[in-house]
Amino acid sequence: MQGPLIDTLARQGVTRRTFLKYCATLASMMALPPAAGRAMAEAMAAARRPSVIWLPFQECTGCTESITRSHSPTLEGMIFDMVSLDYQETLMAAAGHQAEEARQNAMKDNAGKYLLIVDGSIPLGVDGAYSCIGGRSNVDLLKEAAAGAAAVIAVGSCASYGGIPKANPNPTGAVSVSDIVKDKPIVNIPGCPPIPVVMTGVLAHYLTFGSLPELDAKGRPKAFFSETIHDRCYRRPFYDQGKFAKTFDDEGARQGWCLFELGCKGPVTHNACATVKWNGGTSWPVESGHGCLGCSEPDFWDAGGFYKALSVPADPLKIAAVAAVAGAGAGVAVSFANRAKKGAARKAHEPITLADLEK
Amino acid sequence: MNELQFLTWVRGPGLDIAVGIFLLGVLWRLIEIYTLGRRKDLAAPRHAAGASGLHTVFRRSLSPPGMLKRAPVSYIGGYIFHIGLAIVVFLFAPHILLVTNLTGLSWPGLPSQFVDLVAVVTMATMVVMLVDRINKPAKRFLSTFEDWFAWAVTFLPVLTGWMAVQHLVLPYTTMLALHILSAEILLVVLPFTKLFHAFTLFGSRWYNGRANAQRGVPV
Repeated sequence: MQGPLIDTLARQGVTRRTFLKYCATLASMMALPPAAGRAMAEAMAAARRPSVIWLPFQECTGCTESITRSHSPTLEGMIFDMVSLDYQETLMAAAGHQAEEARQNAMKDNAGKYLLIVDGSIPLGVDGAYSCIGGRSNVDLLKEAAAGAAAVIAVGSCASYGGIPKANPNPTGAVSVSDIVKDKPIVNIPGCPPIPVVMTGVLAHYLTFGSLPELDAKGRPKAFFSETIHDRCYRRPFYDQGKFAKTFDDEGARQGWCLFELGCKGPVTHNACATVKWNGGTSWPVESGHGCLGCSEPDFWDAGGFYKALSVPADPLKIAAVAAVAGAGAGVAVSFANRAKKGAARKAHEPITLADLEK
Repeated sequence: MNELQFLTWVRGPGLDIAVGIFLLGVLWRLIEIYTLGRRKDLAAPRHAAGASGLHTVFRRSLSPPGMLKRAPVSYIGGYIFHIGLAIVVFLFAPHILLVTNLTGLSWPGLPSQFVDLVAVVTMATMVVMLVDRINKPAKRFLSTFEDWFAWAVTFLPVLTGWMAVQHLVLPYTTMLALHILSAEILLVVLPFTKLFHAFTLFGSRWYNGRANAQRGVPV
């Protein structure tokens, strides 16, 4: 299916008008100037489909599920028709040696030009033996594929930051893509799973401008990750008014009040859920009544419990009781010492007699 | 360590250590102070109107005659920032949640915008009082390192907390972690500095009032 994207889309019954609207929406979502929508449309319409190799490592396939959920009927899915997805274990028809051959061919034919998408973390424990594909370890496959890639896109929190496999105590020695690949541009698209339009938005940016979008300090596209969930949350006014749901089924919860006290991590989580929403703009976790888990932040799994408010202790106090007893003990001991000192002083006290004064 | 791990540390092990040292210090010092004791005063007590421990506890909250005019900043500013601190610390919803989580006690909070305003007033008052301490030769002469240090560890939690809420300078996560850390530093130093007056204030007033009442002197 080589050829300009616009032809591919036309074959699928997508009109030019719909396509332009999609590009304009995408451009505005990424905070690009209005003219960028047209530029994007032109560039993408004429684009030759770049080769994409998608490597799955220690993952749950949730990221792939997420991106396929955007497939129909929304346009996000169609944008994927514009890339040549040459290797994706979950989606491809080929298996076994044929699949591996497809990967090798894509790497050879598009050396230095293909995009490498990775989902899942990379285990380094026991020489990477915890996760192997076709008898080769993930770390080995990643190094080989990254060497010829134009850029690497780490999809999901596992590939971006290690994710759940890296959760304490990290039995497999899981690391992120950026821990291994040091010499290629890397875009992190964290989330568990990430928002489909963020994935397609980054691809569209790459196709349009030939470069990766502007990234924040954690390698995430600023267009989608520069604001916190809390700042964009439609329940924010309730936080400001001090109206909180105390349990998941109380009056506050029914009134749609703030979920901060139920452990919402919105204040420390950077993502676009509150604005882009999920499932074609249907809803998102907070709208459905559950606090944000903070899934697009590094090590969210070990951030003190999903149902504990940010202002309460992450762990039960362990040494406090012991310290209180020790403090009381020290106080009693010191008071005995003080009493002994007073007693000794009293005993040592010699009254002054007349004879002393006459000396 | 990224900022979320920093936040998780200050909410976890950091808080544990800080509360531990706080409890240890408070119990140690309170027990030590109250077991010091005093030999029984064998003189017959004199009685005078308004002379008792309780009277002194209240009377010392008011300025002595003429002093309000001589040191208005100390008295008015002192009132404003102490009340402000009490409102910010005990009536801000996330703070109440912390106490509820630790002790099970709970009470209603105030709207965050009002607490925000109180925080600004408190900080402004504290800055004015610091400037007054620097400007007045007598106050400056009497100030030791501990006075400046106590001011700083009291001011920083208010400043970082307000900055976290207002999203100033640093990302919220980092600022919140710094806020909690600064509050933990306050907890750690409180039992061992003059800030311990939070616990001994009324006890020492009562003691002085009682001792003087024995002699028939209302202080």
